[in-house]
Amino acid sequence: MVEKIPADSVGIVSYHDLEIREALTLACGQSLPSYNLRYECYGELNAARSNAILLCHALSGDHHAAGYHSVEDRKPGWWDNMIGPGKPIDTRRFFVVCSNFLGSCKGSTGPASINPATGEPWGLDFPMVTVADWVHTQAVLSDHLGIAQWAAIVGGSLGGMQVLQWAIDFPERLRHAVVIAAAPKLSAQNIGFNEVCRQAIMSDPDFHGGRYYQAGTKPKHGLALARMIGHITYLSDDAMGKKFGRETRGGKQLSYGFDIDFEVESYLRYQGQRFVEHFDANSYLFITKALDYFDPAAAHGGDLAATFAQVRARFLVASFSSDWRFAPERSREIVQALFRAGAAVSYAEIEAQHGHDSFLLPIPQYHRVMRAHFERIAEEQGL
Amino acid sequence: MSQPLRPDLQIIADWIRPGSRVLDLGCGEGELLDYLRREKQVQGHGIEVDDERLAAAIRRGLPVLQQDLDQGLRQFADNSVDTVVLSLTLQAVYYPRELLLEMLRVGREGIVTFPNMGHWRARWQLGVTGRMPMTDVLPHSWYDTPNIHLCTIDDFDALCHDNQIAVLERRVLDDRRRNTAANRVWPNLLGEVALYRCALRQPEEKK
Repeated sequence: MVEKIPADSVGIVSYHDLEIREALTLACGQSLPSYNLRYECYGELNAARSNAILLCHALSGDHHAAGYHSVEDRKPGWWDNMIGPGKPIDTRRFFVVCSNFLGSCKGSTGPASINPATGEPWGLDFPMVTVADWVHTQAVLSDHLGIAQWAAIVGGSLGGMQVLQWAIDFPERLRHAVVIAAAPKLSAQNIGFNEVCRQAIMSDPDFHGGRYYQAGTKPKHGLALARMIGHITYLSDDAMGKKFGRETRGGKQLSYGFDIDFEVESYLRYQGQRFVEHFDANSYLFITKALDYFDPAAAHGGDLAATFAQVRARFLVASFSSDWRFAPERSREIVQALFRAGAAVSYAEIEAQHGHDSFLLPIPQYHRVMRAHFERIAEEQGL
Repeated sequence: MSQPLRPDLQIIADWIRPGSRVLDLGCGEGELLDYLRREKQVQGHGIEVDDERLAAAIRRGLPVLQQDLDQGLRQFADNSVDTVVLSLTLQAVYYPRELLLEMLRVGREGIVTFPNMGHWRARWQLGVTGRMPMTDVLPHSWYDTPNIHLCTIDDFDALCHDNQIAVLERRVLDDRRRNTAANRVWPNLLGEVALYRCALRQPEEKK
């Protein structure tokens, strides 16, 4: 429970649902007969509708980016340090929207939702959704909100990939694109990690071919394992070393057995167990597949600069020195392709020890760059 | 509304064609780039390694890439911009010759400016007082200076000659930032800042 809502918080917030009754044809060729998009908004949309910022969340994120749902909440939204009155994305100036993507388990339609054709949860029958599909549904939400052009679209990691897709697919609908700790496509190593995570889930005896809802079980063990693997890739060797080293749990002697000896084991198991409480295993499968499939340059013979030929947005790309999941090199690929395409792009390579997770942390130089960038956007719009 | 540019930056700006593509290496807070974008509709990017200066340039709305010039420019394609600018930065890089050649590969033209160690005041300080020169453009003590590759105008001319670099234009500013007739007669003695516009010699021009 939060002691007192801080003054620079957006405060108590609640989500909205946008029910779309029209069928949505997806990139995979299948369609969804109807779907729900869950989203949150912070700040006020101005009369000119020129101050709207869209946030795109990452793998385990959701629409709850800032503030608290109730005073009972232990923690605020996932990007609370970035969004709020006086924060880098200042809600006194900007109207901020964050929507949960399809395939998630956080409120938008996903594999745990009911398939209207069968009256049962979709499970693995849920159609494969892609980053492009997410962006198209966010465009539907933009129409619903009456926002013809976003002042900026912002995202980290998988969120950054959605921002790239936005700039490619809807060049007129965003003035600025902010792409943080992302990559233009996954490497073989990235896909490899995702596959190990999926196998951990699918080989859990409680998985039941994805129909575990009907069986009254959950592939808890597999999903926890997937999260433990993922968590290692989000941190740097350095950060893990600093946080845990070879400390034994409670300073105890080695057990010479297979129970937990080291703090790092205890931490990873705890992270895995916590994750299982609030995340659906099928969603994890679908979202990691969307990551694997993301490759906007594939339609242009692998030429990323040609892919960006039509972009109109001005870009800010940021990466973190210790991120090895989507290393600075991957962001530089994006920057160079944008440069070759003649787009205006800024690039910040931020010294940070916390690996991929850095994009969620209030690192001073990171926030300084974000603050400078959004102050400039506000100034351009006369906000 | 806009402040006048520093005299050396004004000369650089005057050399750049309106509407051209420019890369400003070590752009700092983007004073030159800001001017070029506003007054000459230049499509320009800056490169800056320093965190604070990068943020300041971003605050100005300039496209600026964080990169260490000592890593080279290999990610930029040949002739991908019209002009590459290196303003008062040549003396602070590890590999000045390689960077100069890289500039002229990436840009059709390069503009290089540097503090002239042949200036009479630097000569006086070293030759008569026996101390390492410290001037307005070289304000650091020898032990904490970022300026590790100092040269004179004659040295730079020799570098250009030896590397098939054509000097298209040269200006020299004295210690009051003036471009006087005397400067043109004794540039290596009176010039405190040297400004060069150069390009790679075409093969048929090679001596």
